[in-house]
Amino acid sequence: MPVEMVKLPDVGEGVAEAEIVEWHVAVGDTVEEEQVLAAVMTDKVTVEIPSPFAGVILDLGGEVGARLAVGSALVRIKIDAERDSVAKGSEAAGPNGHARSAAAIAPQMAVTVNRRDDVQARKDRGNTDVGLKTATARERPIASPAIRARAREAGVDLRQLAGSGTAGRITQQDLADFIDARPVNVSRPRQTPRADRVTQIKVTGLRRKIAERMAESTRRIAHFSYVEEIDVTALDELRQQLNAKFIDRRPKLTVLPFVVTAMVLALRDFPQMNGTYDDENEVVHRHSAVHVGIATQTASGLMVPVLRHAEARDLWDCAEEIKGIADAARSGSAAREDLNGSTITVTSLGDLGGIVTTPVINRPELAIIGVNRMTIRPLWQQGQFVPRTTMNLSSSFDHRIIDGYEAAQFIRCIKEFLEAPALLLVGA
Amino acid sequence: MKESAADVVIIGGGPGGYVTAIRAGQLGLRTVLVERAALGGTCLNIGCIPSKALIHAAEAFHGVSGGRETPFGLNVQQVALDFARTVAWKDSIVDRLTKGVAGLLKKGGVSVVAGTAEIIDGKTIVVAAADETMRVRARHLVLATGSRPLALEAVPFGGNVISSTDLLSLKDIPGRLAVAGAGYIGLELGIAFAKLGSRVTIIEAADRILPLWDADLTRPVARRLAQLKVEVLTGARAKKLTSDGGSLLVEQHGETRKIDADKFLVAVGREPCTSGFGLERLDLTMDGKFVKISDRCETSMSNVWAVGDLTGEPMLAHRAMAQGAVVAEIIAGKRAAFSPMAIPAVCFTDPEIVSVGLTPEQAKAAGHDVKLGAFRFAANGRALTQIDDTGFVRIVARADNHLVLGAQAVGNGISELTSSLALAVEMGAVLEDLIGTIQAHPTRGEAIQEAALGALGYALHA
Repeated sequence: MPVEMVKLPDVGEGVAEAEIVEWHVAVGDTVEEEQVLAAVMTDKVTVEIPSPFAGVILDLGGEVGARLAVGSALVRIKIDAERDSVAKGSEAAGPNGHARSAAAIAPQMAVTVNRRDDVQARKDRGNTDVGLKTATARERPIASPAIRARAREAGVDLRQLAGSGTAGRITQQDLADFIDARPVNVSRPRQTPRADRVTQIKVTGLRRKIAERMAESTRRIAHFSYVEEIDVTALDELRQQLNAKFIDRRPKLTVLPFVVTAMVLALRDFPQMNGTYDDENEVVHRHSAVHVGIATQTASGLMVPVLRHAEARDLWDCAEEIKGIADAARSGSAAREDLNGSTITVTSLGDLGGIVTTPVINRPELAIIGVNRMTIRPLWQQGQFVPRTTMNLSSSFDHRIIDGYEAAQFIRCIKEFLEAPALLLVGA
Repeated sequence: MKESAADVVIIGGGPGGYVTAIRAGQLGLRTVLVERAALGGTCLNIGCIPSKALIHAAEAFHGVSGGRETPFGLNVQQVALDFARTVAWKDSIVDRLTKGVAGLLKKGGVSVVAGTAEIIDGKTIVVAAADETMRVRARHLVLATGSRPLALEAVPFGGNVISSTDLLSLKDIPGRLAVAGAGYIGLELGIAFAKLGSRVTIIEAADRILPLWDADLTRPVARRLAQLKVEVLTGARAKKLTSDGGSLLVEQHGETRKIDADKFLVAVGREPCTSGFGLERLDLTMDGKFVKISDRCETSMSNVWAVGDLTGEPMLAHRAMAQGAVVAEIIAGKRAAFSPMAIPAVCFTDPEIVSVGLTPEQAKAAGHDVKLGAFRFAANGRALTQIDDTGFVRIVARADNHLVLGAQAVGNGISELTSSLALAVEMGAVLEDLIGTIQAHPTRGEAIQEAALGALGYALHA
């Protein structure tokens, strides 16, 4: 008896290979023509592959999970010659009969394409079919077109219902009762898929500007990010004491002015961080004054207003000015010069903060310091775990100009100031 | 090459294609419809509509021509038919309807491209229009290319051998018309031209006319053909045209006959249009000559859909339209399926024949124990007042629960009864529902009620 190879057919849309997700047959099984052999999955759909022949399965093309190229062997079938010829009798079989090449046959195969959720829905329905009245299960249910449509929408197979109407006709009430009585986890109506529609949103204005600048920054700058953990227990205590002491008299201090102040102090030892790189002309402009960009989320997108001459401000001055420029940016009243001329930038996501961020440098600057969330964690100190308030600084540097070692030293310097906050007050 | 993108591109602007397009447009999908000839396809331009216009004109002419006196004393002398005006009138109806389709498409926001489509792949077609070539890429491709008249190998189209399309656009009534094929197209047109004055001969290979319909239904039509002096040769095959093109050699019962005619209509069926537009590139699973589809009108390739005649029998406009609406809704994310209980079929012969749902034979073959009820128009008041009491209505129901499985009818004007009959089958009516629905008197619809009563043995007027 002849042996035919069933190839994995082209399952459409230029798919080159498909993964076997389920075998419906095993070696030695007798299969009928059109019986499903396997389910294969492409990145889009699950497709059931029916057998083009009746016969006995000799071997399978792979285990479940294997990826097969289109055209490779799915199974080999020993043809049941008699039954096959009967099955093919009505068709105009080629003169070669069973000797037709598998290559010629594979693309002719009836391929039933199902969306994945359809396959799942069918499984769901299959589960609930058990225990139904088998007498009615095979016949087409009697129901008006409106009821059939409603059932389809609700994911109900009307064969599951016993109609209360004359001749077993399914009424609106029967369907409503069935839907109400349906257990939530069984045969759950699928969410009606949304209309497969794409809305085009033109990128304009500030968003376009941000897009250009971000792309330009990541395209040109060789970013590297560096994350360090800071023990801010003392700093946070100090911050709360100061806020309590000067309540109503001075602006409330957040962490940000402390970070800015620590950074300004660290920059005295690391002046190479405070500047801009004119990469067209390959010149670094190092600045003596520290103009700190404060990354600020506004309704229309990210803006970076500038805290000018941070080196000349104390904590409260910084706090007040940061609040002022951020509010101005958010309200849209920031002047053009308020948004230009920063030499280094600080970014904070406020309450969100995250554990680690990889900030994008505000080109043409050289560094950006990111503030992460403050959290209480157990730290090992002097032979025991103690609860400490910690916070990460996630910073990015332009590796074209700044090396990792310098960056690490710079951050360590900031860390030392933040962990000994008295130094910030005395301006050491 | 001009490029454009769409959600849905539809090849073919017939009933299947244009309904898909209108509904898709209504549902907010960017839709492109490509039609190489005229919007409305076979149905509006060269099929259903022009043939019905011709049938109406032929009937009106025939009713008063020939100096026949009606039973109620109408006697019209000197009847003349200006066939050129008949044709112009027919064309004006076609024109109005195709313009209507164009208007609906425009209202639905559909881009209509006049040109010939070529499928490149499952998402791309190239359209050769009059002045430019454009490439259209779409997420969904809908095939709605329809069907064309089947040719007879022995008697190919050309010269005096014409298709139904050609016959409907003749400028003069042929003196003698030979029709190969006694299916509904051959009979509708054969009867119409007989009424217009042609001497008509019909050649059918089977042993009776309308071989796909049961003999009870076709018998009144056969009688009418005899009255109209239409010669019907059954068990006959068209062999070849004589070299002068004026006669057709027909083999019947082992003998060869010569049929002289001015025109030879070949109406032996229709075949799906599945070639000439790159369909083979998709390598779709076929069902014989037709494109195989699921009940969602999916082909074997994702997001390639097919509706209408190229998907199989019955090749009827209303099936295509219903499929088109289903496809548009599925593409728009709704859940829909094409799963009617009944697709009505009508022969606009004289008398008309309709069938909805299962015939008695089909019902029995499906394993049902059936009850039949029939009512003849001979006992229907309205039919008598119309001087045409030929025919009957027959209801097929299940014996156990009286569910109406189907209905057939033959008679004058009964094409309009299909709406009630289809509604009954589609709604899952039982005989008692038909009995309990009061029909207006006097109408032919009363026959439905009476036939249902008859099925239960309670007929009032029979």
